[in-house]
Amino acid sequence: MKRKTFLRGLAAAAALVALPLPALAQDTIKIGEINHYKRMAAFAGPYKMGIELAVEEVNAAGGVLGKPLEFIFRDDQGEPGEAVKIAEELMTREGAVMLTGTILSNVGLAISSFAGEKGYVYLASEPLADSLVWAQGNAYTFRLRSSTYMQAAMLAEAAAKTDAVRFATIAPNYAYGKDAVAAFKENLLRLKPEAEFVAEQWPALFKIDAGAEVQALERAKPDAIYNVTFGPDLAKFVRDGTDRGLFEGRNVYGLLSGEPEYLDPLGDEAPEGWTVTGFPWYDLNDGPAGDFVAAYQARYDDYPRLGSIVGYMTVQSIAAALERAGSTETEAIREAFEGLEVASAMGDITFREIDNQSTMGAYVGATALQDGKGVMVDWEYKDGANYLPSDEEVRALRPSQ
Amino acid sequence: MSAVLETCGLTKTFGGLTAVDDVSFTLAKAELLALIGPNGAGKSTCFNMLMGQLAPSAGEVLLAGAPITGLSPRQIWRKGVGRTFQITATYSSMTVIENVQMALLSHHGEVFRFLTFAHRMHREEALALLDMVGMAEQADRHCAVLAYGDLKRMELAIALAHEPQLLLMDEPTAGMAPRERIALMELTAKIVADRGVSVLFTEHDMDVVFAHAHRIMVLNRGALIAEGSAAEIRGNPLVQEVYLGGGTVFGAEETAHA
Amino acid sequence: MEFFVAQILTGLANASSLFLVACGLSLIFGVTRIVNFAHGSLYMLGAYTGYTFMQVLPGAVGFWTAILLAGLTVGLIGMLVEMLVLRPVYRAPELFQLVATFGVILVVQDLTLMIWGPEDLLGPRAPGLRGVYRIMGEPIPKYDIVLLILTPFVALALWYLIARTRVGVLVRAATQDREMVGALGVNQAWLFTGVFALGSALAGLGGALQLPKGGADLLMDFTILAPIFVVVVIGGMGSLPGAYLAAILISVLNVFGVTYLPQSTLVLMYVVMVVVLMIRPYGLLGREEVAGEHGQVGEPETPIKPASGPVRLMVIAGLAVLALVPVFGSTFAQVLLTDIVIFCLFAASLHFLLGLGGLVSFGHAAYYGGGAYIAALMVKHAGSPMEAAFLLAPLGAGLAALAIGWVCLRLTGVYFAMLTLAFAQLIWSLVFQWGEVTGGDDGIVNIWPADWLNGTTIYYYFALALSVGGIIVLRHVAHSPFGYALRAARDSARQAEATGIDTRRVQLVAFGFAGMMGGVAGGLFVFSKGSVFPNELEIVRSFDALIVVFLGGVKTLAGGVAGGAFFKGIEDLLTRFEYWRLVMGLLIIFVVIVAPEGIVGSLRKAASRLGILKTAEQT
Repeated sequence: MKRKTFLRGLAAAAALVALPLPALAQDTIKIGEINHYKRMAAFAGPYKMGIELAVEEVNAAGGVLGKPLEFIFRDDQGEPGEAVKIAEELMTREGAVMLTGTILSNVGLAISSFAGEKGYVYLASEPLADSLVWAQGNAYTFRLRSSTYMQAAMLAEAAAKTDAVRFATIAPNYAYGKDAVAAFKENLLRLKPEAEFVAEQWPALFKIDAGAEVQALERAKPDAIYNVTFGPDLAKFVRDGTDRGLFEGRNVYGLLSGEPEYLDPLGDEAPEGWTVTGFPWYDLNDGPAGDFVAAYQARYDDYPRLGSIVGYMTVQSIAAALERAGSTETEAIREAFEGLEVASAMGDITFREIDNQSTMGAYVGATALQDGKGVMVDWEYKDGANYLPSDEEVRALRPSQ
Repeated sequence: MSAVLETCGLTKTFGGLTAVDDVSFTLAKAELLALIGPNGAGKSTCFNMLMGQLAPSAGEVLLAGAPITGLSPRQIWRKGVGRTFQITATYSSMTVIENVQMALLSHHGEVFRFLTFAHRMHREEALALLDMVGMAEQADRHCAVLAYGDLKRMELAIALAHEPQLLLMDEPTAGMAPRERIALMELTAKIVADRGVSVLFTEHDMDVVFAHAHRIMVLNRGALIAEGSAAEIRGNPLVQEVYLGGGTVFGAEETAHA
Repeated sequence: MEFFVAQILTGLANASSLFLVACGLSLIFGVTRIVNFAHGSLYMLGAYTGYTFMQVLPGAVGFWTAILLAGLTVGLIGMLVEMLVLRPVYRAPELFQLVATFGVILVVQDLTLMIWGPEDLLGPRAPGLRGVYRIMGEPIPKYDIVLLILTPFVALALWYLIARTRVGVLVRAATQDREMVGALGVNQAWLFTGVFALGSALAGLGGALQLPKGGADLLMDFTILAPIFVVVVIGGMGSLPGAYLAAILISVLNVFGVTYLPQSTLVLMYVVMVVVLMIRPYGLLGREEVAGEHGQVGEPETPIKPASGPVRLMVIAGLAVLALVPVFGSTFAQVLLTDIVIFCLFAASLHFLLGLGGLVSFGHAAYYGGGAYIAALMVKHAGSPMEAAFLLAPLGAGLAALAIGWVCLRLTGVYFAMLTLAFAQLIWSLVFQWGEVTGGDDGIVNIWPADWLNGTTIYYYFALALSVGGIIVLRHVAHSPFGYALRAARDSARQAEATGIDTRRVQLVAFGFAGMMGGVAGGLFVFSKGSVFPNELEIVRSFDALIVVFLGGVKTLAGGVAGGAFFKGIEDLLTRFEYWRLVMGLLIIFVVIVAPEGIVGSLRKAASRLGILKTAEQT
């Protein structure tokens, strides 16, 4: 029995070793990109298109350090354990110089922990978890996208400006939801100490019982509602909430709800008048963001999502870091990322030395219906640098290294 | 007290129905005692109480003078009572000898051993038992491929593994061809004679009963109605009434063999 | 009071879709004894096809026609699945079919993505049913009212079909005694096909009917799976009234849970399930399981023997090759092999229970993930050294298995399997929600081995030694008196009990032992990855192990290990391709059909037919 087992294991290993390696190793600078291409296809697809667009542009302009940039895309099935295995393969077998990718926070955290231990540079492009750069931060992990804390703080700022005092929250019952509610509370109470939280609803992720949640929220008679649900949960929540009149006469704040990924599937039932963070690509006509939108639409027969611009900025950040490092050695890249300034599609951003978080911001605006589709109006780009805790707080959060 | 098994007023009621009613008997050492009766007479219920599968509503069961009423099947087995089943119960994934070895392992209290190879343990003893039932040459066959008669003999070897003083056999020859039935009961009688085991068995086949039982008890509607030698039972009018006049299934079916 | 009524109405409306999907599953199980993992996929297909029909057909008539057509379409798909995938394997060991249904899940996932694209689809509104009715002043969506009126009629129609028609008589007869139906001259194959199609159609209807309350998305197949299993088990497998009752119970309780215990949303369902099964082991309206329990129908397994001399030599040679991998192989080869051997140990520990004990555990991830979490928690909260944490992983997992096994072993067969699943889900939801301690889904990170073990090669040797060691121990125990007693309890509990073997105790110890070995695998896993997340406790992880054990061959000693190595290796290759789930699903279905006794079992059969391998009869 064991014989067969071992032979099988060996056969699998041999097959791997025998797989053709992509191109000649020295020709390009390889970046390992790990994502949930199948599990979260609607998100990973536009993100990958953003990366490919940027890579084409970078290479057309002569590449980085005189070599073309190449991304190796790998699917981790949304499993942290798989992602760690693939990370090792990308770095040791495929010749990648650094790692990037992931949308799901848990996968991002797994790669981050691994990268910190093995000494590989990892740019977490999309995962939002605050702990990625704070409680679980390490010297080798950098994060591009504005985190849960930052986006929640932007909404709290907007909420503090209204008369609303009684707040209710609804968030999926897992780490992201909890972080998002905690950050909103913290920032709101700082800006508006008299605010009170009259209901906290925690539907199970993707298993929302929308009718019951809406009834429970209605019962608490809040002035304003802070929503963190997304995806299918959001669709059900909006539908039941609209039917039962939950949103009438109330301010609603929706984290990420304005991102095309979440707003577009709602079609003509997109909520109106919510204050949300998102990506109003339709209004971006000039500046670097406008250039990106134009280039994206010219390259693809499609419009950009938030993931697209994050993917695009991922490549911009990596290219900038490599140029600054002047080499593809890990330590050089790591040092280059610290305090790195990037002229990105969303304007100038900096990877902060204090916690490796970039200052990429977010667009905050109100939702409205236009031509049977949800859009953001009266939006404003908020620079992420203004929505981070003080340096002392950050130092306290980050483990000493 | 010389009786190996004794019951006093054994009774079992299910709701309002009395399945076994005040049954008292004794079984002496090296005696081959048959318990017969028409279907539904209470034989199985009686057996299940003796083996501990059912708790009696009233009455007592004594094994060599000591009460075993209400003990679990496992405890009763440990006290030296073996049994065979009406429908064979064997370990179909094992060889013949392993089936016997399993019982020996249990007998020697070695079930929770993790380190030794089971198939090497008590092999000689198991072979001897198989030899006794004439199965030694088939010891290493997969028991799932055995003929039914051979399975029955194997089961007998299993039941004898812990050298019981008492063997309870529930319809030992059910489902067998007539010639095999005789052979199995001859074997049983021989074991009783050689090893001094006491046997209580139930049986439908009157040929088997009359040919081998030392003594016969007749159960009807839960009560013992007769007891005695083969000749006495044959001549008992009450028994004839039950079997022939009562119109039970048994009479019509089984007399065909006679 | 008004609020209370509104709550109950909401709960009843939620019960509708749940009931339709669950009763299809229950019906299929009751008649065919297939535990249909793919039921969630049929539900998803119902939602997607319903959506497409609604785009084409206009108006209220079109809307309701679309729902019926969706049911019909999914019924046809179910019929195809039954005829092409399940029919060839009815003679395989019981529960083997669930592997095939798992293959169907993968295929449907990729096909749905190919056809309908990745974006969530918002379900169209029911024409004329937008808005609310005011009931005692409380707003209740009109569609909810329609649903809660509709469901009893569907339930009644089903009841009529089953209680009052000839088909129903046959279905009921088959639920109770399958051979009987064959004896009555009814074509059993067609009866099974029909029931499977009906069950699938109900799932499709459920999927289409919930569209106006939500929509269609690619994760809904697994999202619905756990709730419908819970409903079917609480109601009693095979019982339609039971499913109705349970759907209402769960939905209404959930609505009140949302209001009064908002944090309870994940745990509540499983707590209810565990409580119900402890009081009524066969569900609210289920009957005691009799036929085919323990998954041991079909041909009995052949006797086992310790490896012979030549085989041992080959094993040693194989081990030597593995030991040399760091010399000639890449770093990644070591990482991959580490993953594979750990998974093999996990699979082997489940196989020990399933193969030798006939104890089908649907929740073995609880001990694997549990072991990983215990080690990680020790390091994180107690600051214990890696060595101590690593030792505690199997101990803790073993103890947890003993406790859970003690409760579950009161049941047998599918009910046992379901209760193990319920406990595993309970543990998963606790870990997922108790963020303060477990980190929730952000997991526990930075759990690395002690310095002397911290390196790819040394850890590879460590994992290899412990995994192979564990597998050898498991295999050795199979040959020990205890392993024999475990098989004895499986083959004939009656005989075992009658010869003084305490079968329940034997099975309990086996459960604890298997849990402990699962814990070793979990401990190895967490230190090889440096982090652990609730994924390692999910249903999917339990299914992974189950699938490879069945595919490897339940009735062979090597099944778990061979299946684990084979599929972990294949998976690593396939995930490099775009539509790997489709290929993997088809591969699983292919293996199921050509090798119904599993890879090892079928190879051995072929070998003995060719005379390479001697059978017991020739010795």
